Amino acid sequence: MVMETLEQIKARIENAISGAKPEIIPNESPSAQRSLLLDPAHAVEVAKFLRDDSQLRLDYCSNVTGVDWLDLIIKEKVKVKKVVEGVEKEVEEPVERKRPGYLEAVYHLYSMALKHGPLIIRLRTENRADKNHVPSLTPVWRGAEFQEREIYDLYGIIFDGHPDLRRILMWEGFADHPMRKDYVEPDDYEYEPTPHDEVLEKTKQHHSPEPKP
Amino acid sequence: MFMETAIDTPESKYEILPKTLSNGEMDGELLEVAMGPQHPSTHGVFRMDVVLDGEKVVKLKPVFGYLHRNHEKIAENTTYLASMPYTDRLDYLCSMTNNWAYALSVEKLAGLQPPERAEYIRIITGELTRLVNHTCLVGFLLQDMGALGTPLMYAFREREMILDLFESLSGSRMMCNYMRFGGCRVDLPAGWLEQAKRAVDSYSGFLDEFEKLLTENEILVARTQGIGVLPPDLAVNASITGPMLRASGVNYDIRKVDKYGIYDRFEFRVPLGDHGDVYDRYMIRLLEMRESVKILNQALRDIPAGPIVDPKAKLRGFRPKVGEAYGRIEGPKGELGFYLISDGTPNPYRYRVRPPSLINLTVLEDMCLGQDVADVVIILGSVDIVLGEVDR
Repeated sequence: MVMETLEQIKARIENAISGAKPEIIPNESPSAQRSLLLDPAHAVEVAKFLRDDSQLRLDYCSNVTGVDWLDLIIKEKVKVKKVVEGVEKEVEEPVERKRPGYLEAVYHLYSMALKHGPLIIRLRTENRADKNHVPSLTPVWRGAEFQEREIYDLYGIIFDGHPDLRRILMWEGFADHPMRKDYVEPDDYEYEPTPHDEVLEKTKQHHSPEPKP
Repeated sequence: MFMETAIDTPESKYEILPKTLSNGEMDGELLEVAMGPQHPSTHGVFRMDVVLDGEKVVKLKPVFGYLHRNHEKIAENTTYLASMPYTDRLDYLCSMTNNWAYALSVEKLAGLQPPERAEYIRIITGELTRLVNHTCLVGFLLQDMGALGTPLMYAFREREMILDLFESLSGSRMMCNYMRFGGCRVDLPAGWLEQAKRAVDSYSGFLDEFEKLLTENEILVARTQGIGVLPPDLAVNASITGPMLRASGVNYDIRKVDKYGIYDRFEFRVPLGDHGDVYDRYMIRLLEMRESVKILNQALRDIPAGPIVDPKAKLRGFRPKVGEAYGRIEGPKGELGFYLISDGTPNPYRYRVRPPSLINLTVLEDMCLGQDVADVVIILGSVDIVLGEVDR
């Protein structure tokens, strides 16, 4: 069975849920799997619509995963009109634009009832540091439970509304999120600082006196 | 079968009865047991924190991570091809299907198409892997039930023949590292098809023998029927896949739905269970093995000659275009998927494994609540997990 196109689904979401603004993310690769970016405020409502709508019935949330996008400096050349030697000309000037980094949760949805899919939806956090909240979709699809826990553990996205948001693969008390792109792994995982000459020096390098923000 | 609105929270199946004596004092108490990480029934290093009221399970929380090595991070720091041998170590019983799922996802990302012969070889090795996995699972399940030795040894005897086939094909019995993007690594050695045909022909006889030994065995029936029931609506909502889903009666087999590879050319049925208990999950595996034998017979008969790698595929300097792809196959344990994001460099920007073993454990607590502690062992055994894949 063939699913509706992404444009049709987008239009129907906008009709059904006022205020929801899904956005289509293109995909240039041969797979051509495009996705829908949802705004966090309406994500749970949209997810319920996708699950319960009679034409979609995306009852099966197959894969949930996180992606870390760092701050990116995009270099572009912009055509600017400039007066060069008394004559107005179009000149290309390099412009640098900074795209702030964010964390992303990606959901791959299929329908077991109608046997179609995938529909890919994405949720984005505002930034990578303090505004790292997105709504949890575990109340809609329970299959996301362990996978959202894994994203919380490895990426540090906090899923509001998750019934049991704990670390799942790393141990409790582990401080960092190892799947982030800027994670620096320790030289030695089993390193236990003891106060001795060069060891002490190494300890100081590892454990700076100011706690990390 | 499908409820219009899926369940939000699992209904509680067991209520803790107040245990107070007439003078108001507590009589008995709940017992917390950590089953694992070195428990023989957990098939690896996996822990279940169980709360028991007498023999009954009141609460069960799985604890993961003992085998965690951040497979995904390692794969993001290396090239696409270098991750191929590492996928063998995910579900170390089924390296061929792991290779296949990864190769399929990269082929989607890079737009490669394996030639006909390679597709047939993939079907043959993939279905042989399914036989290996299901045979071992039945052996282990019976071992968990207390049938020490015999069924497992019978299973390992048959597995050995298939591992010999894998060894002569790829050079390794379990860590095959055989598939490549757009095809396979080497062609079949001389006489391999005949050897495979002999192994497959004898398999139906083995399954008959196995079933005669087990299926109507009184102890097996008494231990498994009505134990660990998984209702179909919960199974769908909790993203359960593979034989476990079909034992609950939901008809969803990715070989039939996606028709990846050339599965549309083969005739086979999808066995479905009625009750979703441990017995159905055991039976589904046996029935699936019979269907796999059917597919293998057709594939071994029809396999054509020809090249085994897409000429567009290149091993060195492999840089897929910017974009992303999610590819999935029906692995022996469930939906095995790989999600890849390319940023145009030789390394994947994001590499994600969708592990069926981990996600099938979502409902472990729901299946175990109210059951005896001895049944927890066989319920876990019937889920079919490999910790290399759960923890990654």
